[in-house]
Amino acid sequence: MGVVDPTILLKGEIMKRYFNILILMLLTFTLNPILLHAEDATEIIKKSQDAFFAQGKDMQARVKMTLLSKSGQQRLRELTMLRKNGTGGEQKYFMYFHNPGDVRGTSFMVYKYPGKDDDRWIFIPSINLVNRIAAKDSRSSFVGSDFTYEDVSGRDIEADNHKYIREESLKEKPCHVIESTPKNPTEYIKKISWVDKATYLPIKDEYYDVQGSLYRVFTADKIEVVGGLSTITKRSMANIKNGHKTEVVFENVSYNVGIGDDVFSERYLRKPAEKWIK
Amino acid sequence: MIYLLILIISFLNIFTTAYAQDITFHGFVQGNISARVTGNETTDPTEGGDYLSGEERLRGEITGGDESTAFNLKVDLVHDSVSDEDNIDIREGYMDYRSDNYDLRIGRQIITWGAGDLLFINDTYPKNYSALFSGQPLEYLKIGSDAAKLSVYSDVISAELVVIPFFEPYQLPDSKRFFLYSPMTITDIKIPREEIENTEAALRVYKQIGRFDTSLYLYRGFYKIPGMRPLSPTDAELFYPQLAVYGFSMQGAFADGVLSIEGGYYDSLDDRNGNDPTISNSSAKYIFGYSKQLWTDLTAGMQYYGEYMQDYNNYEDSLPAGFPKTDQVHQLITVRLTQMLKYNTLRLGLFTFYSPDEEDYFVIPEARYNITDSLWTSIGVNIFGGKDSRTFFGQLEKNDNLFATLRYEF
Repeated sequence: MGVVDPTILLKGEIMKRYFNILILMLLTFTLNPILLHAEDATEIIKKSQDAFFAQGKDMQARVKMTLLSKSGQQRLRELTMLRKNGTGGEQKYFMYFHNPGDVRGTSFMVYKYPGKDDDRWIFIPSINLVNRIAAKDSRSSFVGSDFTYEDVSGRDIEADNHKYIREESLKEKPCHVIESTPKNPTEYIKKISWVDKATYLPIKDEYYDVQGSLYRVFTADKIEVVGGLSTITKRSMANIKNGHKTEVVFENVSYNVGIGDDVFSERYLRKPAEKWIK
Repeated sequence: MIYLLILIISFLNIFTTAYAQDITFHGFVQGNISARVTGNETTDPTEGGDYLSGEERLRGEITGGDESTAFNLKVDLVHDSVSDEDNIDIREGYMDYRSDNYDLRIGRQIITWGAGDLLFINDTYPKNYSALFSGQPLEYLKIGSDAAKLSVYSDVISAELVVIPFFEPYQLPDSKRFFLYSPMTITDIKIPREEIENTEAALRVYKQIGRFDTSLYLYRGFYKIPGMRPLSPTDAELFYPQLAVYGFSMQGAFADGVLSIEGGYYDSLDDRNGNDPTISNSSAKYIFGYSKQLWTDLTAGMQYYGEYMQDYNNYEDSLPAGFPKTDQVHQLITVRLTQMLKYNTLRLGLFTFYSPDEEDYFVIPEARYNITDSLWTSIGVNIFGGKDSRTFFGQLEKNDNLFATLRYEF
C-alpha cells in the first residue's frame, strides 16, 4: 500500500459508491412505482396535517363537542380554542372550558414541538393551581371524547410509514388514499386516509385494530371557506365497536387575528383575557 | 352573620349594576358525608359521634368585569348536620385590576404555589387538613387568604408579591370530631395580633428556564401549625411562632414524564438555635417528584419528601422527658395512581402517604363518577395508621372513615 496515494484510493471508492447509488435510483424510479409513491405519500400526509392543524398564522374558534353513547346519552363539552404557529412546525395551543360545570374555568395550554414530547399545563380554578401534566399520552382521550390528543393536534409524521394506495373519489371529491402504518406498536395497526386533492383536508380516516378490523372512523362532515381558507367546521369520530360517537362543531372560526405570544403564558392560564375566550 | 349578608348583598348590588353586561352566575348544591368505620365514637354530646362530617352546601359564584377590572364572589351556604349549625363560608371574594404588565387582586383569594402534590413547602397559604382527613372535595383543602396580590410581568422575569394583614392558621383536626394524641388540655390559643409588623409577606419570582418552570420564593410570617406551651402540668396554650422561608421550585418535562423539584429553608425566627422545645427548629425541606403516564389514561406519580432538622443536639437536649422524639430526618413517600375509564366519566384514584421513619401512613382510595354533565358522585375511604399512636398519621388511626359526595352543578 506504501506507494499508492491513499487519496486516489478514496476518490475511486467514492466514484464507485456514487455510481451504485445512481443505478439504484434509476432502478427505483423506473421499475418500482410503489416506492416512488412512498415519497409522495409522506408529502401528502404532511400537506394534509398543515391544512388541518396549522392553517393561517393563528386561529381562534369556539368548539362544541357532543359525546353520544350507544344508549343515546349526550354529554356536551364547550371550549374556546386558540392556536398560534411558531417556527419550524412548533405550535402553541390554549383551551378554555366553558362547560360542563365541573370543568368550567379550567384552562389547558400546550407547547407542541415536532419530534419531541409536548409541554402541557393545566389550570384548576377551584384551588388556583397551575400544574404540568405528563405529556406522553397522545393516545389518551381528549376530554372524554372519541378524539385522542393526537387527533386534536396532529400525530408525528415520522411515527408512521406512509404508503400511497390509490386515487378515489369520496363525497364527489377526488382524493389521494394513503395507508399509514405505525412504526411502533400502538392501539391500531393501520390507518387509511382519504385526502382531498384540492384542499388537502382529510375527508375520512379509517382505523384498523390489531385484529385487522375497522373500529374507528373520522369524517369531515362540513367544510367551509373561512377567511379564504378551507376549514372543516363539523367533524366526527365514531367508535364502530361500541357505538360511541363524538361530533365536533367549530363556530366563529377566525384566522390571523393577531394572538400575541403572551396569551400562551402562566398569566393568561390563570386568568384568560376576555377578548380571546369569548 | 347579618352583617355578612348585608355586605355580600351590597357588594353584589354595586358590581351587578356596574357590569350588567358581563355577569355570570353559577354554583352547585352538594351533600358530603364522612362516617368513621372503626367503631369508635367521640363522646362530645354536641358533635362527632360516628360522623367526621355531614354537610349540605349551596354554592353561588358570581363573576363579572371587563378587560381592566373584574370581580369574583364565591360563597357557600353551609348546613353542618353534625353540629346542626348554619354557616356562610366565603370561599373567595376579590377585585381584579389588570394593566399591560401588572395585575392587582385585592380581597379573599385562594393562592397555590409550589410543585408538590398534596405536599407543601413554599405554599404557606391557609389550608384545612380536617377537610382532607374527612373526605371533603379537594378544593376544601385550600382556604382563601384575605390579601393583596400584585403580579408583575415582563419578558425577562415575572413576579407575584402577596401581602396578608390577617393571620389565618391551618385548620387541623380537633378532638371534638377526631381521636388525636394530645398529652395536655389546650386552654388558650394565641393568634398573632393584627398589627403592621405582623403582616405576612410572600414573594415569588418566576421564569421558564429551558423547559422548566422555575420559581424562587421568599416568605416572612408565622408557622401555620402551632407550637404548644405548657401553662401547668396539665394545661397548655397554642401559639404561632415567627417563620421565614427561602425556597425554589422547578417543574418540567423529563424522561417522558414530569419532574418536580422543590426545596425550602424554614428559618425558625423565634428559636434560631433550637433551644426552645415548644417551637419547631429551623429545617431544610425538599421534594422530588416524578409523574408519568404508564398506559393510556393511567397516570402514576411518586414523591420523596424530606425534612432535615437543624440544631438536632439542642432539640434532643431540650425535649422534656416523656415527649415523643422525632428523628433528625423526617421522610415521606407518596404515590398517586389515576385511571380514567368510560370516556373519562369514571375516575379511579389512589393516593398514599408513607413515612419510613415514623412508620405511619395515610391511604385514600377514591372513585368518582360523572352521572351526567351536571351531576357527579364520589366515594372513598381515608385509612390512617402507624406503629406509634403519637405520630402525625399514627394518632389518627381510630379515624378511618368512609366518605361520599354528591354534587349538582348549575
